[in-house]
Amino acid sequence: MGTRVPLLDLSHEAGLRTLSQAMTGERTLRRIREWAIEKILLLAALVSIAITAGIVGLLLYESLVFFQSVSIVDFFTDTQWTPLFADAHYGILPLVAGTLVTTAIALLVALPLGTVTAVYLSEYASPRVGEVMKPFLELLSAVPTVVYGYFALLFVTPVLQKIFPALPGFNMLSAGLVIGIMIVPYISSMSEDAMRAVPMHVREGSYAMGATCFQTAFRAIIPSALSGIAAAYVLGISRAIGETMVVAIAAGMQPTLTWNPTQPAETMTAYIVQVSMGDLPHGSIGYQTIFVTGLMLFLMTLVFNIAGHILKKRLRRTA
Amino acid sequence: MSNLRGNKVRNAVFAIVGLIAMLVSSLTLLALIAALAMDGSSRFSSHFFFSFPSRFPEEAGILSAWVGTSLVMLVTACTAIPLGIAAAVYLEEYGSKNWLTDLIEINIANLAGVPSIVYGLMALGLFVYQFHWGSSILTAGLTLALLILPMVIITTREAIRTVPPSIREAAFALGASKWQTVHDHVLPYSLGGILTGLIIALSRAIGESAPLMTIGALSFVAFLPHPPLQQEFPFLSFQWLMDPFAALPIQTFNWISRPQEEFHLNAAAAGLVLLGMTLAMNALAITVRARFRKRLQW
Repeated sequence: MGTRVPLLDLSHEAGLRTLSQAMTGERTLRRIREWAIEKILLLAALVSIAITAGIVGLLLYESLVFFQSVSIVDFFTDTQWTPLFADAHYGILPLVAGTLVTTAIALLVALPLGTVTAVYLSEYASPRVGEVMKPFLELLSAVPTVVYGYFALLFVTPVLQKIFPALPGFNMLSAGLVIGIMIVPYISSMSEDAMRAVPMHVREGSYAMGATCFQTAFRAIIPSALSGIAAAYVLGISRAIGETMVVAIAAGMQPTLTWNPTQPAETMTAYIVQVSMGDLPHGSIGYQTIFVTGLMLFLMTLVFNIAGHILKKRLRRTA
Repeated sequence: MSNLRGNKVRNAVFAIVGLIAMLVSSLTLLALIAALAMDGSSRFSSHFFFSFPSRFPEEAGILSAWVGTSLVMLVTACTAIPLGIAAAVYLEEYGSKNWLTDLIEINIANLAGVPSIVYGLMALGLFVYQFHWGSSILTAGLTLALLILPMVIITTREAIRTVPPSIREAAFALGASKWQTVHDHVLPYSLGGILTGLIIALSRAIGESAPLMTIGALSFVAFLPHPPLQQEFPFLSFQWLMDPFAALPIQTFNWISRPQEEFHLNAAAAGLVLLGMTLAMNALAITVRARFRKRLQW
């Protein structure tokens, strides 16, 4: 608010003077209110920083206490994870292996399904089909994970056992397959958005050269939308690593070091759930193990989350 | 010429592959719903909805579970909605582009991808043991609120971004302050998008079990929390905030992990209720989005 230049200088009249004083008062009030509102909104925005600080701080603190009693070399090289047994071993490898195997199976399902669906919806299907199918597929990510767990344990596993009778009741295969279906919409939606953002003239140019729909999609559209598709993949991977209930229910809870997907195993997330179901005293080493596991999980997903964010930003700039 | 025909064949084959891919995902969803419905619907009765859990599968019900879930969601909604919208308004309308807003932005993007169970660990360390709130409704509600906060912020920002700058310029030209512009124009015009995002975020929170397990939710609760309304003055009571709670997803998980098949039927029924709630909320979100999109044409 700069200095006000009155059109008519009438300030010698007392009544108008008080009026203008009142207005200045109101203006100050308004300025204070605007200032206060902005600060309150800023505080709300800063809450997100506080959450991250809380997460990182707590995980690091408990992990540091943990590593005072367990050597970090053992932690990464020991092949047994038996923190609650009398003969305690603290090797994270079995849990990491379980997470990697279920994630890999999930990606084997989700990446092809998601990508093909995205290409189909963006390049082949009529807009009407897309309008119906996209929200329908997104329902897949709305289903509660505990329901997916039920589905994996009591529907997918029995079906798989009809094909492979030797399959145990708890196994990483069915958990991984179900997680794969679950993250299809994360991958297909974001990839499709990226493909749709490719300018029309790229498509028209390709068709003008006599290319088929298929050639246009794979030689022109996908290369242009690559960073968006990569972002979708990366965020899907992060989702699969962090998935908890499906593996806790269907993959079993024995931390055995195995790369065989037909075997039961325990993931990092499932271990945290397993310990939480019991009654561990605050401050015990068992209590610290879930924070160490949480820190590993946080770091693994952090890499993918940041990469996904950067890729997405690049997409917005080029589109 | 044969090359040309090969291209056409590949094109046609891919069209079929695409259809199959969509069919696989959609049929899985339908199979899931059918499996739950077939197992669980036999349990549906008023007894199931208004009984406490029990050692006997036929007598067990989900009363404490759905009451608990409702109260937890109340806390979650009351926290996440104002906080999320305020943060989004700040980032879109107020914050200038500097290191702080950049940091907040990348931070929110990362938080949106942090596994839900990690939020549970933070809540366990902070709310349960530092603040001594125990495994209460308050702890659970706040944990889920923090979990969906990034989602609320991201969708609200997207909604606000669809309001064209000319609306803001018109308001400023008439002498409106920044807050008046936001409050009287930007927020009402983006309400459809904001509501859609809120409903979807809350539907995510309803189905979350992992963070609640971590903070120590009980899986067998045969009592209800203190009622929020009472007959004497001051009529409102907040004692329920500190009560232990059950929740539908936890109850479902508990029944799944029992060996007796009878309990699996209960799990299917509880899962069906949960699924019905989340699917209904998603349907609501789609309707809201469609209705507001029709009404607003720039």
